[in-house]
Amino acid sequence: MERAEIHGRLSVVRHRAAQLLGRLRLSDGHASGSSSTDKRAAEGAPPASVVWRPATVAKLQVETGHAKTIVFDIPGWPRHVAGQHVDLRLTAEDGYQAERSYSIASAPEDYGVAITVDRIPDGEVSPFMNDVLLVGDQIEIRGPFGGYFNWRTEDGGPLLLIAGGSGLVPLMAMVRHRQATAGTTEVHLLLSARSVEDVLYQDELRALGAAGGVTITQTFTRRPPPGWDGFARRIDREMLEAVGPALAAMPKVYICGPTAFVEQAAELLVGLGHPPEMIRTERFGPTG
Amino acid sequence: MSPITRGFHGRPHEHLDAARLPPGQQVRTDFPVLSAGPTPHTPLHEWTFKITGAVDRPASWTWEELLALPAQKPTVDIHCVTKWSKLDTHWKGVSIDTLLAAVQTSATHVLATCDGGYSTNLPIADVTGDRAWIVYEYDGAPLPPEHGGPARLLVPHLYFWKSAKWVRGLMLRDHDAPGFWEQHGYHIYGDPWKEQRYTGD
Repeated sequence: MERAEIHGRLSVVRHRAAQLLGRLRLSDGHASGSSSTDKRAAEGAPPASVVWRPATVAKLQVETGHAKTIVFDIPGWPRHVAGQHVDLRLTAEDGYQAERSYSIASAPEDYGVAITVDRIPDGEVSPFMNDVLLVGDQIEIRGPFGGYFNWRTEDGGPLLLIAGGSGLVPLMAMVRHRQATAGTTEVHLLLSARSVEDVLYQDELRALGAAGGVTITQTFTRRPPPGWDGFARRIDREMLEAVGPALAAMPKVYICGPTAFVEQAAELLVGLGHPPEMIRTERFGPTG
Repeated sequence: MSPITRGFHGRPHEHLDAARLPPGQQVRTDFPVLSAGPTPHTPLHEWTFKITGAVDRPASWTWEELLALPAQKPTVDIHCVTKWSKLDTHWKGVSIDTLLAAVQTSATHVLATCDGGYSTNLPIADVTGDRAWIVYEYDGAPLPPEHGGPARLLVPHLYFWKSAKWVRGLMLRDHDAPGFWEQHGYHIYGDPWKEQRYTGD
């Protein structure tokens, strides 16, 4: 998932000269109110996460007609926590650079760092990532970042994970982390997608559902598969009530998806009595 | 020096005043929403805005009192740490200078506090001099809840997480201490022109 970006109407894009201007400004003296972090950084080494590192494509995996998973080999990578994201940077021959943030799809225990990139037809970076990038190619990545939309096995549960479309990516990292650590946390995953063709990680989800421990509920908002007798509508109160765990179990809730989806899910859960502080959200997409 | 990315050319840049875009940002014409939790909905009759902390005496405004204060209509560029920028956004609200005129203080920093538990820290120099506002209108209409309504802080010269949604007060302090995102790996100050995204940048 491209954070805060996916399905975005990426229109006018950017700034060869701005990069230079931005750098020139660096030498312009000090911003007012320069901070204690600056002092800390001056006293010691900056956190390992801020360093740009060469990242080599180790594996490409087609997920849907419009999304690919890319696994990077990144020497020196600091271990991440499920739910965190990376920043990546591409550099053109003329020095022009583009940066994007993507949620990490892989568990911290997995080999390499995986992201899943949905191809935005009119995008600048996501078509490149989907159509041009080959195994062995190198880009730059830094991270991991984000200290709130996180889950570790020792945080416990039960977990209620609610994904809209490719909002599944950081939630999948949490599920994969549970599996990799042989965790026993009760996990309920509610996944809303337009059609089955849009669902990421289908084989893995099927295997997870069959293995038990992770209960997966899907709803299809546009084209349910033939013979589908499950949910075929947008998420609503009744659906959230039907999907466990019980409110009394005080589940930790993580919601990721397009803004309208997240707003709706969070609002419904608060209405059902879930404490707002138990609900963590990550949103992306157009909102007008 | 970054290595060249094979096959990456970038997209031709159109219609853009490059000097207005900080490094690593791209222009968006929509208005993405990023929040850490559910959107709070405080009824306006319960809403107040308070200045507390290192002041001679705390100050408080009701919703009606805030709206009765002299308003400004800033048109500004905003820059989100998730790499989108939006140019020429139109807001209406009250300058923080106007609010701070109600108290005596020698504070050096403020912590903006919000419904939903969110907070963010800023040097007082960055919220004075008509560079920061409590805004309640966006694009000529009441600020929608998902964008921070009924009122949010607007500090456009810093990354947009500093422009706290659902703001309810400023706590004035004689020292700096991190707010919500600043405790979760994001930069303590957040100057987009220096690309101060994360702790250590």
